[in-house]
Amino acid sequence: MRSGIIAKKVGMTRVFMEDGKQIPVTVLQLENLQVVAQRTAEDNGYTAVQLGAGTAKVKRTSKAMRGHFAKANVEPKRKVAEFRVAPENMIEVGAEITAEHYNEGQYVDVSGISIGKGFQGGMKRWNFGGLRATHGVSISHRSHGSTGQCQNPGKVFKGKKMAGHMGAARVTTQNLQVVKADADRGILMIKGAVPGSKGGWVTVKDAVKKPLPDDVPTPAGLRATAAPAEAPAEGGEA
Amino acid sequence: MNLIAQLEAEQIAALGKDIPDFKAGDTIRVGFKVTEGTRSRVQNYEGVCISRKNGKGISGSFTVRKISFGEGVERVFPLHSTNIEYIEVVRRGRVRRAKLYYLRSRRGKSARIAEDSTYKPLKAKS
Repeated sequence: MRSGIIAKKVGMTRVFMEDGKQIPVTVLQLENLQVVAQRTAEDNGYTAVQLGAGTAKVKRTSKAMRGHFAKANVEPKRKVAEFRVAPENMIEVGAEITAEHYNEGQYVDVSGISIGKGFQGGMKRWNFGGLRATHGVSISHRSHGSTGQCQNPGKVFKGKKMAGHMGAARVTTQNLQVVKADADRGILMIKGAVPGSKGGWVTVKDAVKKPLPDDVPTPAGLRATAAPAEAPAEGGEA
Repeated sequence: MNLIAQLEAEQIAALGKDIPDFKAGDTIRVGFKVTEGTRSRVQNYEGVCISRKNGKGISGSFTVRKISFGEGVERVFPLHSTNIEYIEVVRRGRVRRAKLYYLRSRRGKSARIAEDSTYKPLKAKS
């Protein structure tokens, strides 16, 4: 199991291919994606890497987190997330992951916080059919219908689909194809839509339901050694 | 310029399309690449441009309407499609609408468009 990445959703556009096909793509950007901490079997009982992305102002970072970033010798990060990895795919603290962590054509799963829709009725939230437009229906054309049976069971079953809060939940979209990975600019283009709003953080992992290509970089697509060398100098001030 | 606009501008430059200046009301000829099995050839499609959408950006498109065997036919082309070999302006039309959807309900004489004799080419950007 390889580590995933944290990326920022920039927006959507389209790409024209040589054969005249157009591909709708979501552009994701990687900003200063570095390993902040490791979780090992001896200390924590499982193996994982903690990654941090983006840049946070030092004065807006809590003292506890400042200490945590200083320990890793990295600048304060805006977003921190943990990814389970196999022990042989452990990555050094401070190493920077680039967009070439993923191959073009590879399949990935993308998770993010979906756009909040507020309190919504059954028709929008669960695709209910609503009531009829005529035949005596008054005022309640968009209502849900019956919610249960009769005196027996005499209650509404738990988990009944009803109106309520929709969106703003963690959503994973599986099996999205990587169209382009550009390490120099930190850009990852993914075919189709990914959850969340523009500017929101998403996590990208290798697809669980597709075989992993053989030639993907392991343990991760890391930036050449020059970048981690300068990072500790800046992290030291924090 | 934000990142999306930058990527789109780069892609437009990379495609290197020569798109003439045309608008709704102009009669244009589009050379569209058609692949039949393994052979590919260029098919001409000539008619009146009745709408342009999303400007000159990468997602821009235009609609061409023609009367084919007495039946109105409309095709929507992506402006930057790699399948478009060329776009030629056959005739400049003078119209007072951006979208000429009213042509759909007209036939013959009432569906004519006057020629724009005062057309000035755009100054080439240096």
